[in-house]
Amino acid sequence: MTDKAITAEGLRKRYGETQAVDGVSLEVERGEFFGILGPNGAGKTTTLEIIEGLREPDTGTARLLGEASWPRNPALLHRIGVQLQASAFFERLSAREQIHTFASLYGVPGARADQMLETVGLTDKRGTRENKLSGGQAQRLSIACALVHDPELVFLDEPTTGLDPQARRNLWDLLRTINSEGRTVVLTTHYMDEAETLCDRVAVMDHGRILRVGAPAQLVEELGVRSLEDVFLQLTGREYRE
Amino acid sequence: MKSFVSLSRAMALGLLRDRAAVFFMLVFPLMFLALFGALFANDSTAQAKIVQVGDVRILDDIPDAERAQLRDVLSIEKTDGSAAAKAAALKKVREGDTDAAVFQDGEGEIALRYSAADSVRSGNVRGLVDSVVQQANQKATGEPPAYRLTAERVEDRSVKPIQFLTPGLLSWAVAMGGVFGSAFNLVSWRKKRILRRLWLAPVGPGSVIGARVGVNLALAFAQTAIFIGLATLPYYGLQLSGNWWLCLPLVACGTLAFMSIGLLIGSWAKTEEAANGLAQIIVLPMAFLSGSFFPLEIAPPWVRTVSDYLPLTHLAEAMQAVLSRGESWGAALPVMGGLLGFAAVVTLIASRLFRWDDA
Repeated sequence: MTDKAITAEGLRKRYGETQAVDGVSLEVERGEFFGILGPNGAGKTTTLEIIEGLREPDTGTARLLGEASWPRNPALLHRIGVQLQASAFFERLSAREQIHTFASLYGVPGARADQMLETVGLTDKRGTRENKLSGGQAQRLSIACALVHDPELVFLDEPTTGLDPQARRNLWDLLRTINSEGRTVVLTTHYMDEAETLCDRVAVMDHGRILRVGAPAQLVEELGVRSLEDVFLQLTGREYRE
Repeated sequence: MKSFVSLSRAMALGLLRDRAAVFFMLVFPLMFLALFGALFANDSTAQAKIVQVGDVRILDDIPDAERAQLRDVLSIEKTDGSAAAKAAALKKVREGDTDAAVFQDGEGEIALRYSAADSVRSGNVRGLVDSVVQQANQKATGEPPAYRLTAERVEDRSVKPIQFLTPGLLSWAVAMGGVFGSAFNLVSWRKKRILRRLWLAPVGPGSVIGARVGVNLALAFAQTAIFIGLATLPYYGLQLSGNWWLCLPLVACGTLAFMSIGLLIGSWAKTEEAANGLAQIIVLPMAFLSGSFFPLEIAPPWVRTVSDYLPLTHLAEAMQAVLSRGESWGAALPVMGGLLGFAAVVTLIASRLFRWDDA
């Protein structure tokens, strides 16, 4: 158990003219709640996708729980849970059918899938088709699908984007619970309050690079500002993105 | 194995709950079969109708037994011999309401007035009335006939339209299921990022592809069962030949060939709308040019040349051979090989165009 949850070294990825990820290195300890912050187009999602093993980096390596994530490694996939930015659901399947399908892909019994649905408070919505779920319900379902096989390491890409305050707070409680059970959680977000309340440490990214890494309180102190939002704006500037 | 089963289930439910897809892949081709089948059910040239103006001895003298036989092909409406009745009968012929008018024109002369608008009908009615006259002449000699014609139609089975329509329309239905099924599935799963999500789940590509092929094969066999079930109803009267079961491996190979076309479309198209348009552009002309709807014997040579390069042509032809003409492996095997080869080549091209996501 000496391996770190994530070790990324010198990740680079170029799409045509755009250097999406430009030399990212980071380490995440086991059991940590880690946030990747950055304005739109900063390279958060691409970084996360390379670390997850969804894309091959042009250079650099990413190791999860001591194993390389590229090339695709089915043994490792059992130990990580992933929620993609878009809710990736099978078309025209109900909430219960979605999670049962994912459960069986991981060889997990159906009872566990029903229990997970209960955990995210969707038992009432189990018969509802994927396109009839509200934004918050869809996010909760996709998180439940990411957690159904009890992974050690969980990746969430902007899990609270587009949710109302109630749904966000409920989701925060859920994420805290996941983390307190000993799982390592990595999320991307551009809500500073979210990062401040949830994350043990955050990395602020822009232009494909990591600008700063540290605990939110520590960053606030280092830069001599009042909040994480000020840290963010001071590091990434105030001009419009995208 | 478990992931194969659950993915198959997810795909099958997704397909069955898509009412439009079920309609286009199952109900729509069946509607064509029901419609064409009913249209062509009495395809033998319809009964010839003539109006007999006044007394015509040879028609009036036909014995009852012969008259009953004649009734199937010739219906005679008798009117009185007045000038007005004659004018009315000729008007009917001119307007196409009846095929011909017959009247006695002097002692040994029987006049037949017909319209040449429809050469088949006019030829038919002339032949019929002529044969009645010839028989009467022959009888008038009091001698037994010197020559007798015994005519019998050959290939009576394969000539019936249902024997031709069922294999053609079934092949078309299988083609639609294969092309649309795999094209839509691929585009939709890419758009919804399920392809990516599955990449990060411990499932092999074999399970994913196998599940899709399995669902499509099940759909194709369901289409086959329903088509043959409907066509063999007495109303449509399809006669299955001894080796009809050979249509099953043919349908399976055809499904793979058309799925590869769908895969190519799905790899290229970014949206379901684009995939739908492209699939229509490929499937519809192919259906017409393949002879699935109507025989191409009368088509110009270039059409037949194009047709020879279409997989649907060969599938429909082989299906007809095993379902209706009683042919065996000899007709099915080369086509099966060709379809599988086609599938392999097109899949290879599709794999070059394949994208995991839209980015």
